[in-house]
Amino acid sequence: MSKAVAATQGASRADDLGFDVERVREDFPILRLKVNDKPLVFLDNAASSQMPQQVIDRYVKYRTSEHANIHRGVHYLSEVATREYEAVRGKVRGLLNAREEREIVYTSGTTESINLVAHGYGRKFIGAGDEIILSVLEHHSNIVPWQMLAEEKGARIRVVPCDDAGELLVEEYRKLFSPRTRFVGLTHVSNALGTVNPVKEMVAIAHAHGVPVLLDGAQAAPHLGVDVQDLDCDFYAFSGHKMCGPTGVGILYGKAEHLQAMQPFKGGGDMILSVTFEKTVYADIPHKFEAGTPPIAEVIGLGAAIDYLQAIGLGAIKAHEDELLRYATDRVGAIEGVRLIGTAGHKAAVLSFEVEGVHPHDVGTLLNEDAVAVRTGHHCAQPVMQRFGVPATARASFAFYNTLQEVDVLVDAIRKVQKVFAG
Amino acid sequence: MSAANQLYQEVILDHNRKPRNWGKLDDASRHAEGLNPLCGDHIWVYLKLNDKRIEGISFEGQSCAICKASASMMTHAVKGKSIDEALTLGQEFRDMSTGKLDPQSGDHHLGRLTVFAGVRDLPTRVKCAILPWHTLHSAIHSIEQVSTEGEADPVPGAGLERTDHA
Repeated sequence: MSKAVAATQGASRADDLGFDVERVREDFPILRLKVNDKPLVFLDNAASSQMPQQVIDRYVKYRTSEHANIHRGVHYLSEVATREYEAVRGKVRGLLNAREEREIVYTSGTTESINLVAHGYGRKFIGAGDEIILSVLEHHSNIVPWQMLAEEKGARIRVVPCDDAGELLVEEYRKLFSPRTRFVGLTHVSNALGTVNPVKEMVAIAHAHGVPVLLDGAQAAPHLGVDVQDLDCDFYAFSGHKMCGPTGVGILYGKAEHLQAMQPFKGGGDMILSVTFEKTVYADIPHKFEAGTPPIAEVIGLGAAIDYLQAIGLGAIKAHEDELLRYATDRVGAIEGVRLIGTAGHKAAVLSFEVEGVHPHDVGTLLNEDAVAVRTGHHCAQPVMQRFGVPATARASFAFYNTLQEVDVLVDAIRKVQKVFAG
Repeated sequence: MSAANQLYQEVILDHNRKPRNWGKLDDASRHAEGLNPLCGDHIWVYLKLNDKRIEGISFEGQSCAICKASASMMTHAVKGKSIDEALTLGQEFRDMSTGKLDPQSGDHHLGRLTVFAGVRDLPTRVKCAILPWHTLHSAIHSIEQVSTEGEADPVPGAGLERTDHA
């Protein structure tokens, strides 16, 4: 009996929730792919996840029979496209449990969502001598926009440290607040380590100082149930392509009062009420942030992805991914000469590791020989790499369509890498 | 044999384990730093030039096996050569890595460096193999930092500031 089969014996919670990974895998045509004549083992989901046939079909249906520009024409196709496009706002509202649909802004992805807040909110409300708190676990996309702003305004960035397990030090975070603190940006889930941060508690601490908080949910939205009212965050950003949707579309949730106070970031068509050369009156939220023709098909594809995930059930998805993480942590962690990086108590299904004596990039190239796709590098989180004293890591990141058997393939492939380098 | 298996053969693994000409060169007259942000490769090349000849060369840094072995074999190959010979070799190495030069053709001076020929079939790793040669080029021309970001086969040191000789 293989170890994977042994691990699945006894009903898991995912099974209890009616989750059948083999049935789910049938929805994903790309998982039938062979690489180097071996079945693809796709463990790079934190970079971008795969699309089920249901999302591909929806996308094709739009392209085949529904496309026109939105909010412009009175003709049939424009009405269909506008209706389908706007309907996704309601799905996203439901996914996040936001109060109102107008609190949902379409963007091109998490990066644009954060840049929109840095420009629209930051440039208006953050000035010389003010302070912005970020954590050491941030992706570059939640560092660089704030650095650009800080440089422009003469503001200062303060950084929440983490411990050796990759957990943020909340007591240190408390001490960073000063009368000059104007903004907090935190990742909900670390993309490099998988740490799930105690963001609800951290939001409450910021609010006690009257400071708004943006949460980077790129790695959280696909894996955890997110409730923005429960978290009470002021902004929440995520991307479509990390949750079985298309690239080129993302979401910024913002509390209505913040969005209303913000400056638009892009000027153009579809974000205005009226334009004369003397004065332009902006449209109301959320449209004031959505200048130009948006990625209509991608937004509609994101809507289909949300439908798909909700039909499977976010609870079942999380239960299965938790099981994958437990199994992978045990098995990869047990390989002699392999160090796991990021061992927080509360983690999403991300496993960063180092193979002793082998650079992660060499690990990645050799794993690919066995059709195992992992990310290698600094994961756009160089401060995390510096914190753990490594130039880069190899990272296996799981989705609900991965199996315990695929973890076994990963483990065998890592052993082969060690053999090559043992010479 | 697959491209990767062809590349990770004994000669490259051996240079990775026991890099030749490793460390700082005390009497270096020039040096340059090379960065490959995708990989995290980060190396320094030190040069001692005498009458347009490479009298001494060494390197150090943190890098993947392909980069480290490439740097090690590069230092071995160019030591004692004239600057022009080293630059020609660098050009040939880049051409081989990007598939523009056929190592079987015989019309080159690459010798044992042809063990890196397989890298042309691993596009994401070409930069790793080439980085030492870019860094050498920069050291020769005294350009302090090079990066392979965003280019498959960048023009060495293009747009980077020149610095004074050490």
